Amino acid sequence: MAGPGGDMQWCFSQVKGAIDDDVAEADIISTVEFNHTGELLATGDKGGRVVIFQQEIENKNLPQFRSEYNVYSTFQSHEPEFDYLKSLEIEEKINKIRWLPQKNAAQFLLSTNDKTIKLWKISERDKRPEGYNLKEEDGRYKDPNTITALRVPVLIPMDLMVEASPRRVFANAHTYHINSISVNSDNETYLSADDLRVNLWNLEITDRSFNIVDIKPANMEELTEVITAAEFHPHQCNTFVYSSSKGTIRLCDMRASALCDKHSKLFEEPEDPSNRSFFSEIISSISDVKFSHNGRYMMTRDYLSVKIWDLNMENRPVETYQVHEYLRSKLCSLYENDCIFDKFECCWNGNDSVVMTGSYNNFFRMFDRGHRRDVTLEASRENSKPMQVLKPRKVCAGGKRKKDEISVDSLDFNKKILHTAWHPQDNIIAVATTNNLYIFQDKVN
Amino acid sequence: MSATTAMEVNAEARRILAVSISKLYASRTQRGGLRLHRSLLLSLVMRSARDIYHSSRESEELCGPQPAAEEPEQPMDTGSRPGERAGLPEPQPRHEPALSPSPSSAPPPVPRAEEPASAGEGCDGETSEDKENWSPARRSRKRRGKASAAPDFLPSKRARLEPGEERYAAPLGSCRAAAGLSLSARSLNQVIAAF
Repeated sequence: MAGPGGDMQWCFSQVKGAIDDDVAEADIISTVEFNHTGELLATGDKGGRVVIFQQEIENKNLPQFRSEYNVYSTFQSHEPEFDYLKSLEIEEKINKIRWLPQKNAAQFLLSTNDKTIKLWKISERDKRPEGYNLKEEDGRYKDPNTITALRVPVLIPMDLMVEASPRRVFANAHTYHINSISVNSDNETYLSADDLRVNLWNLEITDRSFNIVDIKPANMEELTEVITAAEFHPHQCNTFVYSSSKGTIRLCDMRASALCDKHSKLFEEPEDPSNRSFFSEIISSISDVKFSHNGRYMMTRDYLSVKIWDLNMENRPVETYQVHEYLRSKLCSLYENDCIFDKFECCWNGNDSVVMTGSYNNFFRMFDRGHRRDVTLEASRENSKPMQVLKPRKVCAGGKRKKDEISVDSLDFNKKILHTAWHPQDNIIAVATTNNLYIFQDKVN
Repeated sequence: MSATTAMEVNAEARRILAVSISKLYASRTQRGGLRLHRSLLLSLVMRSARDIYHSSRESEELCGPQPAAEEPEQPMDTGSRPGERAGLPEPQPRHEPALSPSPSSAPPPVPRAEEPASAGEGCDGETSEDKENWSPARRSRKRRGKASAAPDFLPSKRARLEPGEERYAAPLGSCRAAAGLSLSARSLNQVIAAF
């Protein structure tokens, strides 16, 4: 059992992806997600592909085991499309992947681009039938007149083949760009959210969805905020939250009414007037919202901080962690180079004691809630020897730079970690740089 | 506020506005189409820049104190809560008694303080002008005609319009003294609405 955040020693385990410095745009990782057991790890990229890795564990019975994730399945989930009515291209980039809890031998996941959600079935095939009566071994049909005897085909073992097939396509329900999908705890429904609307789907039904939140104003000129993320509560199938570009989170109860425009709870922290700046509105926009596993808290990520909210307290978060406060004085440059629009995600560890999020220069941050400790680590090829322990990094905000510290001005803003995921049970994390996926493991797992 | 500082703030606001407008133009050709969230954020920054520009010009003209009349155009509600008006690095709650009702209750007007520049933006200058002394004359600034020349600091090409869109007044007037930023709230919003 791993110790608290400060005692954790993160080691490099694996890195996936090309070593090439010249990154092909299609290879840019756009989402990372463990399944419910942590055995499978899915990534989506800008080229519309999904790659699933499977954990192969050596010596799981020993206290210190090394697990390795190897490619399990790769498939093209979405293709570029063209909306002829609006003369717009629809990007094939996978915005989100969400796994369904496993019900049978096959695995199911939902993947979405800007407009269309697809349910994929990933199944294994390790036997094939042999001995058809009407077909040759190569598949050609036999002339029925040549058949003199009948036999029963038998299943013979074959090399494991993993097949991915699209079982449902949920299309044409979103006018704006989909930013979130979330599977309900009832395992029957899921929600999809775009900039202005949240829709509720049944996993079996593709030709209709219910609109449960609609914040589109009658006059678009009066638009003041958009929906940035949405998620179902992990246990209460009637509850979901959605975050906005204004930094607010609304919790809605679907039992209250069919259309959940009126929130049950509104989570908002008054702005600190001393931090008021030209770009205050941009940096208060929430880029990600995640419920804790126990369902008592939720975490939000805005540009500079991570906030933990108690669902029972609406007027302020219970914890606030600064991710990279040294960037507050650089907001103007970050606006010019577009970095201020970056949407960082965040995640909880299995027992909700530690939270993690990404930053620039391929740094990522972990905050240990219980011990009030935080650490900055780096995902880089330089620290990629097997089981090499990651050294904590430090950014020097100003003044005298100590040895081993990095000054703010030498941070590489092109190297950003937007997507991270934590294994649901163990201390194994997946961290996506631009086009590489790093897997780190706690030394004492 | 000194004339030099007002000019610096003025120049900075115009620069931000120019950068924002280029971004908005560029986003029209992006794959996947206009992103509503991004366009909204850009328009918020443009609004703030416009407001700073206007108010810095006001302080240049040394107008008499007169709280603003009700804004004729209904701007987007962002930051219209009294005390949270965007645009200034320091806490400079703008006392606008005539602002349209906002969800939060109006805090008591905070006396304006001469505060030094915060550790905030490198791009914004020091304390801006007296936001309380809005001149009603600002409201009556006419939109520039359609034939006005593009200002020197904007991209020289005009954006290709989509069918159904109108070309509005040139977003930024020239740098001549009498001109002001004529980019109204409506123009900003209509850019979004065109999406």
